[in-house]
Amino acid sequence: MNAALSVDGLEVIFDRFRALKGVSLEVRSGESYGLVGESGSGKSTLLRAIAGLAPIASGSITVNGKTLGKNRDKAFYREVQMVFQDPYGSLHPRQTVDRLLQEPLAIHGFADGEKRIIRALDEVGLGTGFRFRYAHQLSGGQRQRVAIARALILEPSILLLDEPTSALDASVQAEVLNLLEEVRRRRKLTFLMVSHDLAIITHMCERLMVMQSGEAIENLTASQLVGHRVAKDYTRNLLRASEGFVRTARAD
Amino acid sequence: MSGKTLLEVEDLRINFPTRIGQVQAVRGVSFSLGRERLGIVGESGSGKSQTGRAIMGLTPPQAEVTAKTLAFDGIDLLAAPPRERRALRGKRIAMILQDPKYSLDPVMSIGRQIVETLRTHERVSKAEARDRALAMLEAVQIRDPARVFDLHPHEVSGGMGQRAMIAMMLIAGPEMMIADEPTSALDVTVQLDVLGILDRLVSERGMGLIFISHDLRLVSSFCDRVIVMYAGKVVEQLKASELRDAQHPYTRGLLNCMPRIGFERHPLPVLDRKPEWAA
Repeated sequence: MNAALSVDGLEVIFDRFRALKGVSLEVRSGESYGLVGESGSGKSTLLRAIAGLAPIASGSITVNGKTLGKNRDKAFYREVQMVFQDPYGSLHPRQTVDRLLQEPLAIHGFADGEKRIIRALDEVGLGTGFRFRYAHQLSGGQRQRVAIARALILEPSILLLDEPTSALDASVQAEVLNLLEEVRRRRKLTFLMVSHDLAIITHMCERLMVMQSGEAIENLTASQLVGHRVAKDYTRNLLRASEGFVRTARAD
Repeated sequence: MSGKTLLEVEDLRINFPTRIGQVQAVRGVSFSLGRERLGIVGESGSGKSQTGRAIMGLTPPQAEVTAKTLAFDGIDLLAAPPRERRALRGKRIAMILQDPKYSLDPVMSIGRQIVETLRTHERVSKAEARDRALAMLEAVQIRDPARVFDLHPHEVSGGMGQRAMIAMMLIAGPEMMIADEPTSALDVTVQLDVLGILDRLVSERGMGLIFISHDLRLVSSFCDRVIVMYAGKVVEQLKASELRDAQHPYTRGLLNCMPRIGFERHPLPVLDRKPEWAA
């Protein structure tokens, strides 16, 4: 299998704080790969480092066989796009949906913008009625759909998803997860997805990596996680926590 | 229901006047609370937080709150003068908010904030207040209370901040606590620690707890009873243990649409919202 994305010994240092301590990872083409861990475990930092949003101290990142340099070029962003956690913060408040979607097209010099915008909106289930609205006129779920449309409009092969549904209500979350699965199937996309919710990761991903304080501590397949076949106590704790509150019997 | 009724809510309505007319955030909510754990569940905009705020008396001034009954331990909350409500708030009714980063005073040490709460409601010496604050920090399982006492909110983690918040709310010995998404800003593992502390303190002190959350599954594993709200109304009230037998399609849809470990469903079932639910 050819790797769509591979990360080797990646270190990210903020001032003197080592946020990532030599993390390696390989995501196959067409695969959906999950990153789990508590806040501060470095899972989002890993995603941001790949996207060029975090200072890389050492290590290498290879996308579709091409090793990345210090700066990301346009060709990289054609291949790799990111969807952020907070749809309220990631859309420009003074731009219409149309303007938001035109931005990546203008940067990359696409001529058939009109057609692409209509198709992108259609693909995320919004329809052209939303084209000239502002972000504040949309609900959280609709905004996240716009963010997904913006990521898809360049037809990338890899999507980086940073907690794409954690700011949404449960019922809206289901809709957005279904949408993501559908576009992945249709476009044969590769996903690298961060979530603190193990149930979402097992639902969306085939393989996953468990992270703790900047290190990868365990690599699992989704079925291993579902079957509780995990080696580390940390992972076991995460699993237990995802099952909800259990009242411990007390001797009163 | 166990013991006597602490809180009686009947036909609670909250209206917000806006440029485009009245927005009815809560439309005729009724329930009662004894010394138990009651969960209020709903999606954003369902009116669950406004219900909690109205009980606490924290509704924004432009909003209009009406109810046939809104009584805490026999006191008519809507008729009570501001002075009386102030005395209730913090002393007999306490509230925990979602994010300790915003609900704690950033320029005051944690210890001073707890002492302030205590001395507002009780006449105690500074030394005694400090001792009780330290004891309370210990009760919420903060390992080194003397150190945390002098820290400022930005110097502690989210879980620690939320424990400090609980300590502050419990120090005056309230009889009823309203917790509005108390663990949503926390990591799952920390979430369970904080819930465990809350659970122990509530049952030891025999408090009534209103637990407001969007997470139906978490609430049902924590509370005795659950109220499900949709578009400002209560669509269903049931025992947490009977959640599996929920009747209303909204409750069932909400339960169903969450991915679960070990249950493969592609695509996930989505809520098919019916206009009559909001009617």
